[in-house]
Amino acid sequence: MTALLTIIIVLFVAIALWQLVKIFDLAQVGSSNSPVADDKDNKLNGYLMMGFLIFIYVITILSFWYLGDLPLMSNAASEHGPGIDNLMIISMVIIFIVQTVTQFILHYFAFKYRGEKGKKALFYADNNTLEFIWTIIPVIVLAGLIIYGLFTWNDIMNIDEDEDPLIVELYAQQFNWKARYGGEDNVLGKANVRLIDLDKANILGLAEDDPNAQDDVIVTELHLPVGRPVLFKMRSQDVLHSAYMPHFRAQMNCVPGMVTQFGFTPTITTAEMRENQDIVDKVQNINNIRAEKSKDLTANGEEALEPYEFDYLLLCNKICGKSHYNMQMKIIVETQEEYDAWMKEQKTFANSLNK
Amino acid sequence: MSATVDTHGHDDHDVHHHKETFVTKYIFSQDHKMIAKQYLITGTIMGVIGVLMSIMFRMQIAWPEQPNVLFEALLGKWAPEGVMDADIYLALVTIHGTIMVFFVLTAGLSGTFSNLLIPLQIGARDMASGFLNMVSYWLFFLSSVIMVISLFVEAGPAAAGWTIYPPLSALPMAQGGSGMGMTLWLVSMAIFIASSLLGSLNYIVTVINLRTKGMSMTRLPLTIWAFFITAVIGVISFPVLLSAALLLIMDRSFGTSFFLSDIFIQGEVLHYQGGSPVLFEHLFWFLGHPEVYIVILPAMGLVSEIMASNSRKPIFGYRAMIMSILAIAFLSTIVWGHHMFISGMNPFLGSVFTFTTLLIAIPSAVKAFNWITTIWKGNLQMNPAMLFSIGFVSTFITGGLTGIILGDSALDINVHDTYFVVAHFHLVMGISALYGMFAGIYHWFPKMFGRMLNKNLGYLHFWVTAICAYGVFFPMHFIGMAGLPRRYYTNSNFPLFDDTANANVIITIFAIVGGIFQLVYLWNFFYSIFYGKKTEQNPWKSTTLEWTAPVKHIHGNWEGEIPHVYRWPYDYSKPGHDVDFVPQNVPLYDGEEELQH
Repeated sequence: MTALLTIIIVLFVAIALWQLVKIFDLAQVGSSNSPVADDKDNKLNGYLMMGFLIFIYVITILSFWYLGDLPLMSNAASEHGPGIDNLMIISMVIIFIVQTVTQFILHYFAFKYRGEKGKKALFYADNNTLEFIWTIIPVIVLAGLIIYGLFTWNDIMNIDEDEDPLIVELYAQQFNWKARYGGEDNVLGKANVRLIDLDKANILGLAEDDPNAQDDVIVTELHLPVGRPVLFKMRSQDVLHSAYMPHFRAQMNCVPGMVTQFGFTPTITTAEMRENQDIVDKVQNINNIRAEKSKDLTANGEEALEPYEFDYLLLCNKICGKSHYNMQMKIIVETQEEYDAWMKEQKTFANSLNK
Repeated sequence: MSATVDTHGHDDHDVHHHKETFVTKYIFSQDHKMIAKQYLITGTIMGVIGVLMSIMFRMQIAWPEQPNVLFEALLGKWAPEGVMDADIYLALVTIHGTIMVFFVLTAGLSGTFSNLLIPLQIGARDMASGFLNMVSYWLFFLSSVIMVISLFVEAGPAAAGWTIYPPLSALPMAQGGSGMGMTLWLVSMAIFIASSLLGSLNYIVTVINLRTKGMSMTRLPLTIWAFFITAVIGVISFPVLLSAALLLIMDRSFGTSFFLSDIFIQGEVLHYQGGSPVLFEHLFWFLGHPEVYIVILPAMGLVSEIMASNSRKPIFGYRAMIMSILAIAFLSTIVWGHHMFISGMNPFLGSVFTFTTLLIAIPSAVKAFNWITTIWKGNLQMNPAMLFSIGFVSTFITGGLTGIILGDSALDINVHDTYFVVAHFHLVMGISALYGMFAGIYHWFPKMFGRMLNKNLGYLHFWVTAICAYGVFFPMHFIGMAGLPRRYYTNSNFPLFDDTANANVIITIFAIVGGIFQLVYLWNFFYSIFYGKKTEQNPWKSTTLEWTAPVKHIHGNWEGEIPHVYRWPYDYSKPGHDVDFVPQNVPLYDGEEELQH
């Protein structure tokens, strides 16, 4: 209903403006109605250019003011996360400076040099020094960013197997996630979708005779011990998916027919994160929005929304079909003891098979 | 000057004794000016469809799963009780992308202006092959018709995203749209590519062979340089997409396994083995990335020309502009991997592509600064075309800068496929190219239709569009940095992104207003074709050759001899002349130096 109302209002505003222009247009007949810009147009549009510059600055400030707390550029929950965040902030600062300055120059020139009858423009066709300056400055800035970026990238993508990372398989299918742990031996058993046997509940296609597979553990909620490197091996059984863990600054596609990988070390437990002041504020904000929405819902006789509690999430971030928007898995980062206790309760693959 | 060809001679004979019927003049025309208009009008119609789709899915994002009369009226069975279905949401996103990128900003933009301007600005009677040109348009028309028909198939149109990554696009059981809808999509695109290749070959041959006497490569307007290089990129990269499409058709219909392997879906194992979806991604983006330059380079050419003319000043750094076009064209073919940093390809390749990608910022920066210097100390004539050109530079800067983040593999990890990407490419290649197209239309409308567009409606169109474009895409960066993935039917299914909801409503309102105000332009356009004020021969007092041709279109462009060229195209406000522009066909006076660097 609100949507319909908005559309109608917008439509009326548009029609009103349209009519105004027509009147404006008709009123001009007889006077200077040349279809080419004259001094009056140049002046008006010159001033509007300055107005537009202010609009760009205002929308920038408003976006920072109202949406500035949305971006994930702090409180990264993984070891490599702050590296990405730093690089992001440096890049953003550079972008912000260049944007502010160049937009000013562009719109100010458009205002300052607006045309006047009889004025002659400066015949100025070339200047090699200038060309050199604005070639070399981007070269230097970009060289810095490229080098910093490549070091960061290499740090993230080079996984050190000597650190004895916890091996976890992320398994994607339309439209849910499963995780598989290597069990006691921390080695994943061999698997292929051709071995899937739904009758025996072998849903991930593990090789039933592989000794490494026997102690594997398959779960629908990802638990990670804090401080231990994790090496994810990604698989997909049907279409492309992408395992996106924004709080850990981690993402990798899951590709049918191959195993992809991504590794990181979680540094903040879910419990700690829930106490972080930024997150408390964010959750509070979301809950206010939800409470507001619930009022409307209950007024219509529908159920109110449940309050939100912070959890890390694994999201699908590669279009994968109808319920792509609803394909996520909860991630819980906890202490080693909590993790061990949880793991003890899980069934191993060998015990979960239907005989 | 060495490569110029004298094209008078036999042409002049049949030019004047050419009988035209309605069909040969308006439908199966071989005249480049008519073909340009055909491209423009077809592109406009496709554009209306594309924009309408975007407004619909924006409404779903802002007011998820709310019933809406618009959906009920336009989507029929896909909106039971007026609530948009999740499948059709993805289809709308997919077809919107396809239509806007290929049908509007490739064919509509490049097709229109390459056809209109190449012969007129280089001083040729017509394209090298009028027949191929006609075939190129009609193939484009056919592919447009097929794409529109695909919207009406039973199981829905293609819905795997405009990038149609397999296996989603290959398996009808993965998604309804991957059945007949995807088949039609692929057929339509294959025909589109054939059309684009015929057009590109024609442009290349024409520019190389048919330049008038005196029109050396370094006297070409930047428009022609842009169209020429665009055509070269198209010829290099479009065949690769065609091969990807053909291989995908084979995987879909003939059981091959180019892109598919080890798939278990809906309770059964499929026979595919040994293929890789990553291969498809490589093939797709080998076109897909150059494609964004195929879209933006012609817009850059148009903007350069319009800025010089309306600033009454030479374009600053003519040679540097050409060099940067060449540099962009070269780099554009070796950066495709930045779309695939997290696709599972070797991270070392990611490093290489980060390096080449960030290099593109250098020629882009050179161009932006050259445009800004062009308007410095000019005498700016604020015609609507000029406003759109300045708007182009503004959005190109805003959108281009965030490319520094997305091109950086380490940063891409966290913003890949989020709304940050959507905001970036819409500003830098969507809105910018659209501005370039609008600028071109406002500027060359008199050349196309012999009448002028209403400037006041043009001003209204520009200012509202400019505000709405920023209103839509600026806040979108922030939503993206919050980690909101693109192509989500609703963001309210779990609470994590509830705090982006209000921003999404505001974005949608800007989108609706911006969309509605395109009606001002459409009305202006179609009204002025018939009732606009008649134009004089050279309304903007430009120097290029098209304005020396008569207003009334004649087959062969010029009565009598084709004008000869004596100077570069940017002699605006040149000292030593009484007027502030000296057309290219005016000989140098005694002792005049050809100031061309």
